[in-house]
Amino acid sequence: MLTHILSWLIWLPVVGMVIIVFIPRERVDIVRIVAAVATGLQLWLAIILWTQFDPEVGGFQFMERLKWIPSFNIAYTLGVDGLSLPMVLLTPLLSFLAIFVSWNIKQAEKGYFALFLLLDAGMLGVFVALDFFLFYVFWEVMLLPMYFLIGMWGGPQRIYAAIKFFLFTLFGSVLMLIAILALYFTCGQTFDMITLMDTAPVALDGVLWWGMSAIKVIWILLFIGFAIKVPIFPFHTWLPLAHVEAPTAVSVILAGVLLKMGVYGLLRVNYGMLPEAVWWFVGAIAVLGLINVIWGALCALAQKDLKKLVAYSSINHMGYALLGMAAVVAAGEMNGNNFAAAQAGLSGAVFQMFNHGTISAMLFILVGVIYDRAHHREIGGFGGLAKQMPIFAGITAVAFFAGLGLPGLSGFISEFMCFVGAFPVFKTIVIISTLGILINAAYFLRAYQRVFFGELNEKYTDLPEINSRELFAVVPLAIITIFLGIFPAPFLNMIRTTMTEIIDQVVTLGGTIGLF
Amino acid sequence: MDNLQSIQYFWPELIIVFTLIITIFVDFLYSDSASYRTGYWSLAGLVISSLVLSIQGIDVVTTLFRDMLAYDPFALFFKVIIAISTIFIILVSLSTNEYKNTRVGEHFILILVMVLGMMLMVSSIDLIMVYLAIETVSISSFILAGYLKSERRSSESSLKYVIYGAFSSGLMLFGLSILFGLTGTTKIFEIREVLINIGGDAQFAIILAGVFILAGFGYKISAVPFHFWTPDVYEGAPTPITAYLSVAPKAAGFALIIRFFHTVFTDTGALTSTSWLSQTALPWPEIMAILAVITMTLGNLVAIQQDNVKRMLAYSSIAHAGYMLMAIPMLSGEGIQAIMLYMLMYLMMNLGAFFVVIVVKNKTGGETFEDFKGFGWKMPVVGVIMSIFMFSLIGLPPTAGFIGKFYLFAAVIKAGPGFYWLAVIGVINSVISLYYYMRVVRMMFLEGSKQEQTTLPGTLLTVLLICLAVPTLLLGIYWAPVSDWVRNSLMFFTQGL
Repeated sequence: MLTHILSWLIWLPVVGMVIIVFIPRERVDIVRIVAAVATGLQLWLAIILWTQFDPEVGGFQFMERLKWIPSFNIAYTLGVDGLSLPMVLLTPLLSFLAIFVSWNIKQAEKGYFALFLLLDAGMLGVFVALDFFLFYVFWEVMLLPMYFLIGMWGGPQRIYAAIKFFLFTLFGSVLMLIAILALYFTCGQTFDMITLMDTAPVALDGVLWWGMSAIKVIWILLFIGFAIKVPIFPFHTWLPLAHVEAPTAVSVILAGVLLKMGVYGLLRVNYGMLPEAVWWFVGAIAVLGLINVIWGALCALAQKDLKKLVAYSSINHMGYALLGMAAVVAAGEMNGNNFAAAQAGLSGAVFQMFNHGTISAMLFILVGVIYDRAHHREIGGFGGLAKQMPIFAGITAVAFFAGLGLPGLSGFISEFMCFVGAFPVFKTIVIISTLGILINAAYFLRAYQRVFFGELNEKYTDLPEINSRELFAVVPLAIITIFLGIFPAPFLNMIRTTMTEIIDQVVTLGGTIGLF
Repeated sequence: MDNLQSIQYFWPELIIVFTLIITIFVDFLYSDSASYRTGYWSLAGLVISSLVLSIQGIDVVTTLFRDMLAYDPFALFFKVIIAISTIFIILVSLSTNEYKNTRVGEHFILILVMVLGMMLMVSSIDLIMVYLAIETVSISSFILAGYLKSERRSSESSLKYVIYGAFSSGLMLFGLSILFGLTGTTKIFEIREVLINIGGDAQFAIILAGVFILAGFGYKISAVPFHFWTPDVYEGAPTPITAYLSVAPKAAGFALIIRFFHTVFTDTGALTSTSWLSQTALPWPEIMAILAVITMTLGNLVAIQQDNVKRMLAYSSIAHAGYMLMAIPMLSGEGIQAIMLYMLMYLMMNLGAFFVVIVVKNKTGGETFEDFKGFGWKMPVVGVIMSIFMFSLIGLPPTAGFIGKFYLFAAVIKAGPGFYWLAVIGVINSVISLYYYMRVVRMMFLEGSKQEQTTLPGTLLTVLLICLAVPTLLLGIYWAPVSDWVRNSLMFFTQGL
């Protein structure tokens, strides 16, 4: 089993989907159970993978390689390293919990859970695929279920939101396809990502296209593709709409996993294969990170809808990850070989990805809980709920404080690491972006205050407390948030070797050029 | 090869001719209501012909009938495509409601005439043969487009088709005669030999001939700006014929374009040349690339605004011709291979999409987006299958359409950075096409709601749809056998005579 554990991780949900297709559509209970079992088994496998993963060894582990289309050098190659492992853990965890969040989906349950499992498989595939073609296939496969999940089970504007999401992401990914093909033909006709990490910087060195370095052209094509997913300003406009219209569980997956694919792609492909261009573009990454932080926070501040607030806070949180990514250049010669800062920044970025996954998932589930009961999400429409629903108020407090980066919770550590890493190189940018934390605190605290304190709105005097199924979905995430906030070492140890490798790749292959 | 020796390589076409004669007489025996049985006869002949096609050796490359036709794997590949699509069309013609009150005997006979014409089209290497083959196909398709005589739209489409067809074939004939005048021969290999040494004086005449011939061929594949007939004909013609016109003549047209342009208008001959007709000062690759760009962009942009699904598919087929044209300027083996592969993928997804239109029309009597509303809930199986075709037409993995597009873009990008702009425009067009294809999916599933009773179309239609949908999915996951077949077929008669 262990030799093919990654394949099992990908294909288990697909098996679940096939089973669901053959269940008669009246038996919704069985459909739900199959979905829960499939994702549960997947989570269990992911945990086994985590325990078996050796963080000290560099490179990829649990590799699988199978010839697929020999004439085009396409192979079925899978593997994990310290960069993908956190995501491989996060995806099944959130999928499993999201199945319970979607327990009360009403219409066409069979289709919902089948598509959900397909989405799960696609996402996991993206994180473990090491063949560029395979990577692209998984990247695209995930779009279809997402379209239907938003478009069929979403809110009033669902159709518009779904097609906007689809158009934006497809636009990005077709540009990526061109970049993949350009890499294929210029770097020795291979889709193997590990080989490309070695050959691409050499093969593209000094190649000019229309007077511009080929590396930069490919870098930008890939960057746009990934930036739309992150989403980086100005490609972010699909996100608030999609998040707000999607059903709760899909918002959880969107924020928790899909956004991470962008950052993952940037680190894996842009940083891994085209490190020279990182030096050229790193200033822009830092500035875009700053814009994300401030813009996301300001937009969140202006929202009246609780779910939109959480959606914009996602944009803000991904900004910190971008800042951390930009810190990688600190290890370069002209920045004083500050390897510690680069390590802190990059680890902070990956840690922030994971933390945002758990925290925003929590936030969306909690917003979903209140929406299920009150059927609206207006921040101003509640009040005094702390008396009515004390447990719910308590859990929400954890989630909100994690979201605003309170020390002792995991979000603080990763944001802090991103700042620390980026500070030596981008002093002004970091100083300005700390404002984002302040605004974060403002809108989270204000929202909390309005919803939970003050006079209880008499409409809601019979609002039931959060139930055990919902608690089951939130409490694990809260525990992880608190645990990693106090003791982040296990996570940071897990990713350290890989982060060092990425920094080495960027520094040795690009650090000597004075592009920056 | 002389006429008698040629016969041994000409059996598939001969069988079609025999079947043609037999069905004409058989059709006399049937009453109006039983005339659909003529379809079985033509189907039988076609199946036998396909069987003969499939056992024909692909290692022989020669010319037939005193250098009128080429016999090569390239032609064989396209003949197979034509045969497969015709079999599907005959079967679907038997199950559509559109022919309910019409005598359909001649319908099948005309289809067989078209098959014969197309089979000649893909293998002709002589200007006279090229023209005869194209006219054989055109004239029978004019009649087929107007087959529903009592329907105004059908007659109108036929008339439009005739006018545009006559005009463009006139232009083409003019171009061909200029070529003949310049070179004194009708054999395309000899034409090339003469053209290479002709010098700069004849530049204008060559350009004129090239443009006129392009007009004739462009009309067959409905490339912009020779596409004006397409939407009206596709909308007015009976749906099986629309489906047929969108696939088989297009495949034959592409085969002809590839063979003709790669032989006549290249410097050193097909598959070895890297430059287009350098004695003319025109940048031919860029011209072809721009033709591809305007074809796909116009097709996609206009398709967005359609309310009739059949008309939308007509514009989408223009766009797909544009995608395939992208690989023409490269003059590379990969380019031709990509077009051939795409043609095969396109055959399945496009026929499938039109067949679903037939299902919808049988059920609701209409073919607009409104008629698709909630259709996925009424007929879930058909809805899912239609979604697969739509995803494939967009080019999303894991479907055959993605693989086809992937090979096309790969061929473009392989030609070097000079053509990257073409690939970028191509992929952006795919994104545009997402909008109107997904509109069908949206109408089927996102509008309307759950129905208690779900139904299936007739058995034959269901089987046909499944036969098209399953390969559309499977070839998106594993297509090595098909791409090997295409690569082995990528050999055409290139020597001088």
